Amino acid sequence: MTTTTEAPAVATRKLTYVKAFNEGLAQAMREDDNVFVAGEDVAGYGGVFRMFDNLLDEFGPRRMIDTPISEAALVGLGVGAAARGLRPVVDLMFMDFIGVCLDQIVNQAAKMKYMFGGALSVPLTITTASGAGLGAAAQHSQSLEAWLAHVPGLKVVMPCDAYTAKGLTVSAIRDDNPVVVMLNKVLLGSTGEVPEEIYGIPLGRAHTARQGSDVTVIALGRMVGEALAAADELSAEGVEIEVIDPRTVQPLDTETMFASVRRTHRVLVVHEAVTFGGLGAEIAAQIQDAVFDYLDAPVLRIGAPFSPVPFSPVLEKAYVPDRARIAQGCRRLLERS
Amino acid sequence: MAQRASTASKKSAQVSAEIIKDLHERMVRIRLFETEAGKLMEAGRLPGFLHLYVGQEAVAAGVMSALRDDDQITSTHRGHGHAVAKGVGFREMYAELYGRVTGACLGRGGSMHINDLTRGMLGANGIVGAGVPIAVGAAFAARYKGEDSVAVTFFGDGATNIGAFHEGANMAAILGLPVVFVCENNGYAEFTPQSGHMLLTDVADRAAAYGMPSVIVDGMDAVAVHRAAAEAVERARTGAGPMMIEAKTYRYFDHQGVKGLRHPYRSDEEVAEWKSRDPIDLIEARAVADGTATRPELDDVWRRTRDEIAEAIAYAEASPLPDPADLLLNVYSG
Repeated sequence: MTTTTEAPAVATRKLTYVKAFNEGLAQAMREDDNVFVAGEDVAGYGGVFRMFDNLLDEFGPRRMIDTPISEAALVGLGVGAAARGLRPVVDLMFMDFIGVCLDQIVNQAAKMKYMFGGALSVPLTITTASGAGLGAAAQHSQSLEAWLAHVPGLKVVMPCDAYTAKGLTVSAIRDDNPVVVMLNKVLLGSTGEVPEEIYGIPLGRAHTARQGSDVTVIALGRMVGEALAAADELSAEGVEIEVIDPRTVQPLDTETMFASVRRTHRVLVVHEAVTFGGLGAEIAAQIQDAVFDYLDAPVLRIGAPFSPVPFSPVLEKAYVPDRARIAQGCRRLLERS
Repeated sequence: MAQRASTASKKSAQVSAEIIKDLHERMVRIRLFETEAGKLMEAGRLPGFLHLYVGQEAVAAGVMSALRDDDQITSTHRGHGHAVAKGVGFREMYAELYGRVTGACLGRGGSMHINDLTRGMLGANGIVGAGVPIAVGAAFAARYKGEDSVAVTFFGDGATNIGAFHEGANMAAILGLPVVFVCENNGYAEFTPQSGHMLLTDVADRAAAYGMPSVIVDGMDAVAVHRAAAEAVERARTGAGPMMIEAKTYRYFDHQGVKGLRHPYRSDEEVAEWKSRDPIDLIEARAVADGTATRPELDDVWRRTRDEIAEAIAYAEASPLPDPADLLLNVYSG
């Protein structure tokens, strides 16, 4: 079976994930003067992950704002500026830091349009680096998409490669709602084909990253790449899995998942976040509700064990799901039926 | 560096007759809106919570009379007074309290989310201190767009113990943004007296921590508040950065609702003492004494406002309820 990319009919070149993000952001800033960036060390230093490299040179201190380490005020600044017609991009550096500004995200940005009777929109983009794998331990490694996807009013995107890092970021900035862009730390240096010009990727539409007939694997963020690697391994055994990348976990494109399940009859959901209460639980529930009669086996979830992210590399490796566990899960699903 | 302006105790002599009448009318409008809302709540006609502003009218009136329509404010859970003083209409406010589809939030927000973007009212807020950073963002947007509007954030004494206040104050200061911080110190954080929630006597002392000047005013004297606000707004508008005003004031009613004290957290004597310096009585005495207005003229303001309120309540009661089929309206844009 083939791996499908969206093969745009334009010239592409290899870029790293972080450069693709940076390029999309820069192009969105050129497209609309209302877009500005604020955060800790985003301007002078270019961001601790080099996400904002060279942007101060091009856009100057009016549009690239270094702020104090004050995430509540930072997100609040974004909310107030968005309410007044700007399109702020605020950077939270590590996703784990949302704990100190959750009120501004959950009670202010997400709810303002609804509470105010639709009087305004909050076109706020929050960028942040998530995920384990760099030995950053429990307070710098989490994948907290389930927290945010639970809140009506927010959108949450999880780019899995350079192409989606650029396109989803552009779409997040263009969107009139608060959108959290969960970049993945491990993927920052990974490379992929990226078109030069600006492009958006529709929010709320899943992408079938690989077609297959035996098992549907729904993978979030970095797990997409792991699932594709597992697919190659399984293909050698004569098993063809379909890999679905939701790209956006809120809103969630369940129709693409249901259509796939009707063909494969088996589903595995994999994410880096802990299994308990994760997106896998929601996806499994929706699948059994919509296409129960098509299932030949219970929906299998693979996620992290119910523990903080451990530090020691040997523990961290055991913690984060990988291609081997995905392949093993697919085999188990096939054995059941 | 930070300094404390000395206008606090100065008698505010030179304001025009127009300002005095403006302050009086804004205060009467708040007083009557709130007392009628309290009656409606006690009669069981309004759902939800009501945090009434009665007693603190001089603060909203004094600040708002120093603002332009395009200046932005963020408010608090006790936000009706700010909305009324900023010019939000009685009809959409009462309709919102009634949960009607004609309300300021289409019946989706209630008392604590009344807003009017056309009047620069960026919303009451159910989370203590949360409006502070939002005002910082509004001020940022004004400067970004090259406009000279300012943002005012209202908060209570209790809110100055929450992180969002401190982060927002520092952010406004370091970015040099046109924000006026107005602390309405009514002496209580819900039911806890100020002495029980901070060791300071003056909340204004906190401004110094952010390199921000501050001033303390008599929050029962609308003219004094107006003068302090006019100075702070002018400062902000001309690029001199943020400033804090602490207005010492008092709420006559309970934290929530009109009365219903489970246990007495303040004495009758204390309440009576503050009421003896009622902000509307003070300005009426002053207006009559200096010939700014006659008693019949002042009475006419009360009468006209009562009529307007009666009409607005009738409008709210006659308004349709939201349709549950539209419950998901405005969760997302687009």
